[in-house]
Amino acid sequence: MIDRKSRDLSGNRILGAAALGAALLFTAAPVASEPSEADFHAALQALDTKKFQQKAQAIEHLGTLGDPRVLEVLESLAKGRLYVRKDGRVVIAERSGKKYIVQDAVSGRPESEASKKELKKIKVNNRLRRLIRGVTGQLALFSDDPDRRIKAADNLSKNPNPQILTLFRQARDRETDDAVRAKLEVGIAMLELEADDPALRLAATATLAETSDPDIRSLLERRLQTDAEPNLEIRDTLHGAIETIDRKLWLFGIAENLLFGISLGSVLLLAAIGLAITFGVMGVINMAHGEMIMLGAYSAFMVQEIFRSVVPPELFGFYLLAALPVAFLMSASMGVLIERGVIRFLYGRPLETLLATWGISLILQQLVRSIFGANNREVANPEWISGAIEIAGGVTVTLNRLCIILFSLAVVAALAAFIRYSRFGLNMRAVTQNRSMAASMGIRTGQVDALTFALGSGIAGVAGMALSQISNVSPNLGQNFIVDSFMVVVFGGVGSLWGTIVGAFSLGIVNKFLEPVSGAILGKIVVLIFIILFIQMRPRGLFALKGRAAGD
Amino acid sequence: MGPLSSRLFALESRRGWTVFMGLAAVLMVVVPVLNLAVPEDSWLHVPTFWVTTLGKFLCFAMLALALDLIWGYAGILSLGHGAFFGLGGYAMGMYLMRQIGERSVYGHPELPDFMVFLNWKELPWYWYGFDNFAFAVLMAMLVPGALAFVFGWLAFRSRITGVYFSIISQAMVFAMMLAFFRNEMGFGGNNGLTDFKDLLGFDLSASTTKVGLYVISALMLGLVYLLCRYVVTSKLGRVLIAVRDAESRVRFLGYSVTRAKLFVFTLSAMLAGIAGALYVPQVGIINPGEFTPAKSIEVAIWVAVGGRGTLFGAAAGAVAVNGAKSLLTGIAPEIWLFFLGALFILVTLLMPRGLVGVVRQWRERRAISKASHSDSHVSA
Amino acid sequence: MSLPDSSPVLPEPHHIAPETLLYLDGVSVSFDGFQALNSLSLIIDRGEMRAIIGPNGAGKTTMMDVVTGRTRPDQGEVLFADRIDLTALNETEIANLGIGRKFQKPTVFENLTVFENLSLALKADRRILTVLFSGISAEQTERIEQALETIRLTAQRDRAAGSLSHGQKQWLEIGMLLVQEPDLMLLDEPVAGMTDAETEQTVELLHEISSTHSLVVVEHDMNFVRDLDCRITVLDEGQVIAEGPMDAIQSDPRVIEVYLGR
Repeated sequence: MIDRKSRDLSGNRILGAAALGAALLFTAAPVASEPSEADFHAALQALDTKKFQQKAQAIEHLGTLGDPRVLEVLESLAKGRLYVRKDGRVVIAERSGKKYIVQDAVSGRPESEASKKELKKIKVNNRLRRLIRGVTGQLALFSDDPDRRIKAADNLSKNPNPQILTLFRQARDRETDDAVRAKLEVGIAMLELEADDPALRLAATATLAETSDPDIRSLLERRLQTDAEPNLEIRDTLHGAIETIDRKLWLFGIAENLLFGISLGSVLLLAAIGLAITFGVMGVINMAHGEMIMLGAYSAFMVQEIFRSVVPPELFGFYLLAALPVAFLMSASMGVLIERGVIRFLYGRPLETLLATWGISLILQQLVRSIFGANNREVANPEWISGAIEIAGGVTVTLNRLCIILFSLAVVAALAAFIRYSRFGLNMRAVTQNRSMAASMGIRTGQVDALTFALGSGIAGVAGMALSQISNVSPNLGQNFIVDSFMVVVFGGVGSLWGTIVGAFSLGIVNKFLEPVSGAILGKIVVLIFIILFIQMRPRGLFALKGRAAGD
Repeated sequence: MGPLSSRLFALESRRGWTVFMGLAAVLMVVVPVLNLAVPEDSWLHVPTFWVTTLGKFLCFAMLALALDLIWGYAGILSLGHGAFFGLGGYAMGMYLMRQIGERSVYGHPELPDFMVFLNWKELPWYWYGFDNFAFAVLMAMLVPGALAFVFGWLAFRSRITGVYFSIISQAMVFAMMLAFFRNEMGFGGNNGLTDFKDLLGFDLSASTTKVGLYVISALMLGLVYLLCRYVVTSKLGRVLIAVRDAESRVRFLGYSVTRAKLFVFTLSAMLAGIAGALYVPQVGIINPGEFTPAKSIEVAIWVAVGGRGTLFGAAAGAVAVNGAKSLLTGIAPEIWLFFLGALFILVTLLMPRGLVGVVRQWRERRAISKASHSDSHVSA
Repeated sequence: MSLPDSSPVLPEPHHIAPETLLYLDGVSVSFDGFQALNSLSLIIDRGEMRAIIGPNGAGKTTMMDVVTGRTRPDQGEVLFADRIDLTALNETEIANLGIGRKFQKPTVFENLTVFENLSLALKADRRILTVLFSGISAEQTERIEQALETIRLTAQRDRAAGSLSHGQKQWLEIGMLLVQEPDLMLLDEPVAGMTDAETEQTVELLHEISSTHSLVVVEHDMNFVRDLDCRITVLDEGQVIAEGPMDAIQSDPRVIEVYLGR
């Protein structure tokens, strides 16, 4: 139901755009309509016949005119909106209540409304609809919308035949948009690959070598394998073209892996930054770190629900901005609670801290499960981060992933600046470097501990908010990240923000490069084993601090 | 009396032996008799289900002993002991799988159902020999032992200690879990190994077999306890405590800390493997769920609740926590995780020496005026 | 830094006197840019007692770390006894060669009794399986009892080492060194935190020990060093700046400047 409705809607929109385009064309460029008005008019009127055979001929004839108005006429016909008025003219009409809104099919001008009696529908059957689809597909090449033209060229190149070659050439000659023209050139080249003239075939091969489409590569390969290409020189060029395409595909493959790796790395980074503070700076092993992330994600969910019910829908997209401080404060205050309530009694006993915080993690998970249920909660992407961008050669990245990459870097930068330049950052560094000295200088170490822990937890919460955009929000959310984020921190080097960044991105990238070779799970296992082995060689991680004190 | 038997008697004080023998009698004689010889309508009758549940707990107690040996004594907290327990379980599961033979759904004489389902034509090489019980039992110890040896050698040689060791041992069990979830591994993937029929010809669904498995678990627990006791009361046991308290000092005394840790870690893994091998025929299934990191951490809390650094405490803690788990999940499942979480927090904060520590403190306070008698070893 | 066999022997043209027990030449160590030892050279003879003094950060403890294998030098030679290269060995191997060490902060095993502490230190086969299966012989017990008397802890025999006083812990550690029977003992500030009476007793104890062992004592306390009455080496900024008997040291202008003058 819904599906049909939305299709109709979009159909309307296209129709509207086409109508508008047609109107513009008519007013702006009457000269350009080379096949005379009379021809168009006659072809149009030819549709008014009872015989389907004749209708089919009329449709095909319309298709050969290369007139942009034909597109709208034929689409209307397929939708059953083409009528014959009492005066015998073919018009486009649409029912509105009891009346019909009518427009002239030639000029596109609206005319007086008509009642049902005044109109006679031009009927179509499925065979005609199929025919119309073919003709409109070709005609879309002459549409006013460049996107539609590209799509049409794409569709048509899939089933090449000589007729299309003529059409493509026709379209290329009047094409003004570079992108569409390039597309058409490729389509022409694909067809000219089978031309009789060797020079044409050679030129076509050269054109196709510029592309980076696996389909074209297999087309070229087919020419070689089936020995369809007799000319030796062209065969060589074909080989060369395949190599060129292979090289490009290989590069795009790498670029894609790199991009996905960076995307995964940014997720790991977000998950691990908070830990880099609590574990890296304070030396506190917080097994409930994953739950701090989870709380952030649920904060985003709650803010979203509040926006849904309270805020006008056009402002809904801003819920994420509102969720940012909420997520931070939520996790940060939970962090303070944990630090003051449990961890501070366990300083100097890291293994006990580990176990106690694991207990906290179990309680938080069960608490969230009791309140929100065990199922996944949906956190919608606001419109401004929906969609995808194509970078090159079919490498696309969804906007939310891109935002997460940027967001993770922004969080790290903000954190680094905060630690470096703020008063609190100074106190924090003082306390971690020499607790008793800092205390004797009047720094309230207990307060600094609590706030440092709150900072780490709050950042985890912000990470959770971001991750809610790409991951399921469930009570187990945190558990999925805990092993990974510890691996990132340990691999990168405890206590080093740089280490965490490098660790996160290199693990993400390595993971994505392994995936195509070994499969996702095996890739993950390989990475885990690699880290385990790496830590044996460099127990202090990539960016290790050396010193006499570091010995024990 | 030979030196070894005198060592054996010296493992426990007289009171210790009394308690040990008393518990052994209750577990190995009284419980089976109450199950098999007492009519079912009698209030004294112990249902077979309870016996099997208790048998499961005894396997957990063995696992707890294994963990206590390295955590309580050598100070190494492994968060990956589920890996060794699970590997032992899989070794036994593979034997039980091979015993099914043509009684499986697909009726293939050699291949387990899941392999037939995957269209495999022949048994993978690592399944060879598991139709032999002795081989399977050997593997249940050797495979966990070998994994622990390699992992431990890498870790201890590089002096990875404390939370670092804990984290990478957790990563190890996590990697194992991912691996065993894969169908291609040839261990039944997600579903694991199940639908066992019999063990050494005994029908696993018969209650006599169940009681028999229970008695063997109790016996093995006793033996494992004595073995651990032997280790911790030996000079090596004191070296381990020394390692726990001041690792580098032990090196300067000329002991190889790496080798001491490696020895006890490997031994511990083998004991965990035995526990897993006894566990599987009693529960009738082994799957990658045993490798979830959460399960391995839970073992640590059994030990902590009972009292780490005391073998009796570790075993008792395992039974107590699992008893509470059965009870609570029966009443209200959602409460269990709250309870378990609270247990982790409260035990580490308020009872660092566990139940044994509480009892000991209470006894010391009571006996403060009397002549002090310290009956068990120092573990504080 | 390859290790051709278990006891790497220095190639010629080095001429090391047969009475040399410990030989350090040109040893440098740096941590994150801080030069802890700067081409340090030092020779300890068999049967000698040597005191090493120097201000904070002079490199005394680092020097001990290098000798006992805790820290690898960036460069330089560290040779022991029959020209064994200590830089290629780890702590355990060096301890088994016969070098014992007492730490600055007394480190005894607090959860073990005094007797157990000594029994762990007792010279015996250290291999793991032997340690697992071996008991303690009457002769070994006797040796421990002797040591207990020497360090005046007989009454504390079965007490947990953690419950000892600071000075008693220092003595227990010295006792552990004694029963370890090393050829060379390194003592890092053995009288730190001791009362005057305890210090006096310790001086006596060290004299007793030095009749049978080679000793290197690192100290701050000048009076204590004077009482030891032995050859003295003064370190500053990772280098030896003076060596000789107490009188000579006290009149050395460089020593006065960097150490006594402060």
